[in-house]
Amino acid sequence: MSMKSFPKPSELPVPAGAEGWEKLYPYYLVFQDKLREQEDAKFWFCDSQHWPTVFKPFETIGGEFAVKCLGQYNARHLMIPNANGIEFRIHLGYLYMSPIPVAEDQIAERVPLFEERVGYYFQNWPRLLEEWHRKVRGTIDEMEKITFAKPPAVVPIGDIHSGKAMDGSEVLLDNYDRLIQLAYQNWQYHFEFLNLGYIAYLDFFNFCKEVFPNIPDQSIATMVQGVDMELFRPDDELKGLAALAVELGLQPAFADTDDAEGTLAAIQASPGGEHWLKRWDEAHEPWFNFTVGNGFYGHDKYWNEHPEIPLGYIKDYIARLDAGQQILRPVEELVAEKERIVEEYRELLDGDILAQFDAKRALAAQCYPYVENHNFYIEHWTMGVFWRKIRELSRIFHAEGFWNEPDDLLYLGRNEVRDALFDLVTWWGVGAAQPIGPSYWPEEIERRRKIVDALKTARPAPALNTPPASITEPFTRMLWGITTEQVQQWLGEGEAVDGGGLRGMAASPGVVEGPARVVTDADQLSEVQQGEILVAPVTAPSWGPIFGKIAATVTDIGGMMSHAAIVCREYGLPAVTGTGSASTTIRTGQRLRVDGTKGVVEILDAPILEGPGAHSHEHGENLQEPAHA
Amino acid sequence: METNTMQDTQYIQFFDGGTEPTLAALGGKGASLVTMTAAGMPVPPGFVITTAQFDVFMAESGITGRVHALLAGLNPDDVAEVDAVSAAIRADIESCPVPADARAQTLTAYAALQSRFDEPVPVAVRSSATAEDLPDASFAGQQDTYLWLEGFDAVGEHIRKCWASLYTSRAITYRLKNNIPDEGLSMAVVVQKMVNAKASGVAMTLNPANGDRSKITIDASYGVGEMVVSGQVTPDNIVLDKVTLALVAEHLGDKQAELVPDPATRRLVEREVDADRRARRCLTDAQLTAVAMLAKRAEKHYKCPQDIEWALDADLPEDENLLLLQARPETVHSAKPKATPQPAASTPTAGGAATPGFSWGSIKLTA
Repeated sequence: MSMKSFPKPSELPVPAGAEGWEKLYPYYLVFQDKLREQEDAKFWFCDSQHWPTVFKPFETIGGEFAVKCLGQYNARHLMIPNANGIEFRIHLGYLYMSPIPVAEDQIAERVPLFEERVGYYFQNWPRLLEEWHRKVRGTIDEMEKITFAKPPAVVPIGDIHSGKAMDGSEVLLDNYDRLIQLAYQNWQYHFEFLNLGYIAYLDFFNFCKEVFPNIPDQSIATMVQGVDMELFRPDDELKGLAALAVELGLQPAFADTDDAEGTLAAIQASPGGEHWLKRWDEAHEPWFNFTVGNGFYGHDKYWNEHPEIPLGYIKDYIARLDAGQQILRPVEELVAEKERIVEEYRELLDGDILAQFDAKRALAAQCYPYVENHNFYIEHWTMGVFWRKIRELSRIFHAEGFWNEPDDLLYLGRNEVRDALFDLVTWWGVGAAQPIGPSYWPEEIERRRKIVDALKTARPAPALNTPPASITEPFTRMLWGITTEQVQQWLGEGEAVDGGGLRGMAASPGVVEGPARVVTDADQLSEVQQGEILVAPVTAPSWGPIFGKIAATVTDIGGMMSHAAIVCREYGLPAVTGTGSASTTIRTGQRLRVDGTKGVVEILDAPILEGPGAHSHEHGENLQEPAHA
Repeated sequence: METNTMQDTQYIQFFDGGTEPTLAALGGKGASLVTMTAAGMPVPPGFVITTAQFDVFMAESGITGRVHALLAGLNPDDVAEVDAVSAAIRADIESCPVPADARAQTLTAYAALQSRFDEPVPVAVRSSATAEDLPDASFAGQQDTYLWLEGFDAVGEHIRKCWASLYTSRAITYRLKNNIPDEGLSMAVVVQKMVNAKASGVAMTLNPANGDRSKITIDASYGVGEMVVSGQVTPDNIVLDKVTLALVAEHLGDKQAELVPDPATRRLVEREVDADRRARRCLTDAQLTAVAMLAKRAEKHYKCPQDIEWALDADLPEDENLLLLQARPETVHSAKPKATPQPAASTPTAGGAATPGFSWGSIKLTA
């Protein structure tokens, strides 16, 4: 049987102007000519769920730390019997992953290690999780204290008296190294509980699939998900602030929230404004350490640095409250529905099977909230502080003429930044006329910028090389929704949707029709109108405020446990995830019918395409410019 | 609701008459319809001709004695002889007059049923046996059913055909071979407002393929459901999750023909279904959900897996057009314990993972 394949890395065209892109990234992150045979023999899928946009050189840090640390927990901490970690490469600016199996003959010997380790965590979950919070908060606190400053022009006299014998450059170097280490530290912590959360879930998942053959994935997810989660707190804070603004009659102050300063001044001047601003300030720590991005990009905007973002959301909520709408998530209904679902499945079981069901569900429900909540602590809070500090450092260089734009440090790899730092402290330390950087980096950065921009004109291939006959690796299926069926769909061998349309995962139930709003960048979120269907390569959990506005969500990538899926189930919105190409096939304004129960998206006013097999899925690229053109 | 308060419920029992349904008096189907009506389920109105009426008919017309004579010494393996006896008994039942008192009560009941509608409505007449007399429980649905009958003469004639169905060759042979005595053998008959079905079918509150009780399986086709029940068409087959009603699997059937009323001849005719309608599912998502919820309701009421017949009545508004025609316990899988599929063993191995229900063995199988 010949298997249809995805292109090999070497077969993908390099976008014009992106030649030489390989040198943007460290050697170990790109496919190697000398390893071509081995690398081409592996199946790689693109993780555009977490990295939908081309990496600038510095930004590989998130991909490297995240995927490395995920893997170490499988391979070294928990000794998952059949799964090591995930190899990863950057190709044409996007991240591709290949799960590493465990050799058949080594699986058995890992089982006792695995059971001891995992068992220990499951039995000591509350204590260890509390400890986790302490560790993560400690990292963030330390990171928050880091500052970057040029060493003094004259070493303080006190240092002469004490014989300190340092010029201050060591502080700058240490602080940079420490910042990187602290980020690495929280990424290690990030996966301490995540894999466990998935393992507990998978255990319950597989059990359900056995006792209730073909039970929809959605049902299983619903039975273990928390309803009130920390990840929803930032959004809930905004809703509370909107309700308070309505109560205090502050609506007029929100006329132009793009002018955050003016808005806050107008609130201050209004009766009751003081009270509102107190609540606003209280909400900041920690809940405004929240990004509209996903924490993996230097350009992600955080609420606490861009008050116009939360103010804009509050303005929307105020308008909806004034229009008599309900803005709170239907928490009680969601809880009641969850309880009904659990109870009805329980009623189908008895005896020992019921006892097992209850035990496994209890374990999964204990562990599962972490799967979402950690996101706030790492992707949002830790990375928010991290990127803020990196921008501070970038500005120090910018002030010395190292680059043209304040945030251009992102065009250097993190180890190149250390070189530049030594360039800086050398110039300063020796009292030379100027550092070397200003005559090297601006030109080099412009060259790199052109390459990155050229890479952005092409969307990634969903996968590379020949897929395995079936995809069984649990995390690949769970986190990325990469299933045998999904891969077949990408290869154009799946079942076509009548009348043109897309098939994906039935991620959140319900059927709805409405106009599409294609969003490929968080900055476009403000364009989203009430009742529209959000179509995006991927959604970030922090897009919370728009979930109260939209009618459904469709994504290119993501499984049952992707953020879009989870948030939509929380909001009671239909969602179809992992369609592969919705954001490039669908155009804003097209009427869609989203069936989140079946995982089908129909384009109701799709142009009639001629010829056999002509459905919009394959012809989508003709319909609009590439997402990042 | 109009009830004939003076009417004796000995021979006739309305579905909504408020009397206690017993299997002995009403047969399985009749008792079920009375129970379902009492439970507030959407059952088309009608009444049951009780076994007492059959008994009085058989006794007073002298058929009982003639039957005994004919069956005495009959060799169940002599097919030709059994056929001849069967034909003779059935002809007797279909031709003897019904005692006047019983007949008058049936006539009154029929008129009372008709008086509930602005215009005369056609009815269905179905046999309702007391289960022990049947070849096996699963054949209950294949007892005689006569559709789209108009006027009392036709109804009366078909009531007797139902009675006669107790003496088909197959039924006679079965009873003889299993030593089931003829004494006490009886039959009730259901007379029910005919549903003008635009689509209909059956639904089971489990997956008959594997006994999985977390599913609802629906067979649906166009027109009146007899073609689905008797296997003359391949219906759409849909499997839903019982708890969330999410679609688990669907297979579109060919549905090449439908039984529909022909206004000209005032009869039920078989009609070809055009290619367009054949190619699509005969139920909308909302209708599918409604059928599933109805099946769940029946299961909840009877506290065991159900096999229901349902129909969408073209004459009724969209949100109240789903009717329950019949509900009976599912017999094949119901005797088995609840969760048939046994999950993989979950015994912790050495290493001391004592977390309840958790071990590598329970998760290594990937979905």
